Amino acid sequence: MAIGVRVIKRPEREVSYLRAALTGMAITFRHLLQPKFTMQYPEQKSDDDWALSSRWRGTHRMLTDEQGRAKCVACGLCPQICPANCIKLVPGEDELGHRYPLIYEIDEFRCVFCGYCQEVCPEEAIHVGVHYENAEYDRGRFVYDLERLCAQTHPVSTLWDPADPKGE
Amino acid sequence: MTPELKGFLLVNGVKATVAFVVLFLGVAFVTWMERRVAAWIQNRIGPNRVGPQGLFQPIADGLKNFAKEEVLPGQADRTLFLLAPAMAFVPSLLLFAVIPFASPLPLSLDFTFPLLGRFVYDGVLPMVVADLPIGFLFILAISSLAVYGIVLAGWSANNKYSFLGGLRSSAQMVSYEIGLGMSLITVLLLAGNVTLSAVIARQQESLWFVVPLTLTFVLFVVSVLAENNRLPFDLPEGESELVGGYHTEYSSMRFAMFFIAEYGALITMSGLIATLFFGGWDIPGPWDAGEPSVLLSVLTFGMFTLKTFFFVFCFIWIRWTLPRFRFDQVMALGWKVMLPVALAYIMIIATTVWAFDAVNFAFGRLYALALFGLNVVLLAAVYYVLDRGRIIEGRRMPSEGRA
Repeated sequence: MAIGVRVIKRPEREVSYLRAALTGMAITFRHLLQPKFTMQYPEQKSDDDWALSSRWRGTHRMLTDEQGRAKCVACGLCPQICPANCIKLVPGEDELGHRYPLIYEIDEFRCVFCGYCQEVCPEEAIHVGVHYENAEYDRGRFVYDLERLCAQTHPVSTLWDPADPKGE
Repeated sequence: MTPELKGFLLVNGVKATVAFVVLFLGVAFVTWMERRVAAWIQNRIGPNRVGPQGLFQPIADGLKNFAKEEVLPGQADRTLFLLAPAMAFVPSLLLFAVIPFASPLPLSLDFTFPLLGRFVYDGVLPMVVADLPIGFLFILAISSLAVYGIVLAGWSANNKYSFLGGLRSSAQMVSYEIGLGMSLITVLLLAGNVTLSAVIARQQESLWFVVPLTLTFVLFVVSVLAENNRLPFDLPEGESELVGGYHTEYSSMRFAMFFIAEYGALITMSGLIATLFFGGWDIPGPWDAGEPSVLLSVLTFGMFTLKTFFFVFCFIWIRWTLPRFRFDQVMALGWKVMLPVALAYIMIIATTVWAFDAVNFAFGRLYALALFGLNVVLLAAVYYVLDRGRIIEGRRMPSEGRA
């Protein structure tokens, strides 16, 4: 024996194909009768065991003030921090000196959903959302403009808080 | 043409058409059943959207297959490539022709069609598409033709994986054909006739042949699994090894034809097992030996369907339980286990039948039970030997030389 190969003699109950096969049949039959784990998706989106996390970072939502205007003050922090460079912001200023976004667009195809925009926003205006049903018929529809971002109604993400790492 | 001949042609034409339509519906049902049972075994639900409980899923699948693009590989042997699906498809349908699916139906017709004339049929209609006098010899002959479709599909596609699939299937089917044929000889010894209706009649006289021929039943089921390329013997397909085996290059409806062929063969073979070992359409009890009636035909057809689908279920159950054999293990099991066991079993049963004849032991319940006793002993012996696991374990690693 060139290399020391030792063939280990296994006990017969482990070698027997017949017994293993019969055991397997019994196991699969038990599973046949067990309750099923499938969640009937479009009808049912969460159950007692599973729901989308409140920390889920999905497509964005812009919060609005009482007058229905975007809370954004066009400070330019979110396009600055965005690692995917997916936010397009053109600031404007009214006669009272209030800054507001003239153009605010997020390209959801480029977005990596890191949530930095939400984290950096001083006005708590832009948020990532707890939302995932984003299908569209047209690629162009994935660039969300300001109006669209304001119109979203889904809940916004609770970002990870270092002071409360387990979210309690 | 005489009215009687026209009546005969009409009745048999209708019977054959109805039988094949029902077989096709059965195939559609089995594709659905396979997916549902597989899902249940894996704690899922399975297709349940199209129609009630997903029953129309096969129709949706069929429509999809018709709509899909048909790809013809550039290097393929065109003629054989196009012919192979049909060659796989036809034998699996032909097989069904000889299996009796209900007790004979009393029927009397006498009516006149405009233009076609008068049709007369009066008598008992055997509920089998063709009650051939050669019975299951026909089945053995035709089921071995099914290998041509698969081998040609594998070869003509001019693809390495397909070719290996075809090669494996020919080796496997030829090997297990022998096991299948050998195991049937014992049924012959008891039935004394190859016609399937005679086999059923013989079982009504005594007990279902699974009792006196338990070991044959086991051998037959294993051979059928291998013949139909079902797991654990699905080496010709072997998704994880051969992409899709012989049907790698097929697409669209031609691909679906292989599936219809496979499921058709599954139903037919389950029906055959039911017929040979579980009394066919026989409902245990005194009633079905009586006068043929329409009610009896309907009930026995229900019984036959029940038995057939029980075995279809078993095959699906086995498929989703057992892993695939290694190829050398398949061949070893076929040649080193199935064949010798079947041969020895033929010898033992033949000797016993001869001995029973010599002492004028009449064929009947007691006769069957006596054989069952013998079977229990033999089964225990076979189990003891196989349980050691040496034979199908394959060649051990050589203790010296290269690994």
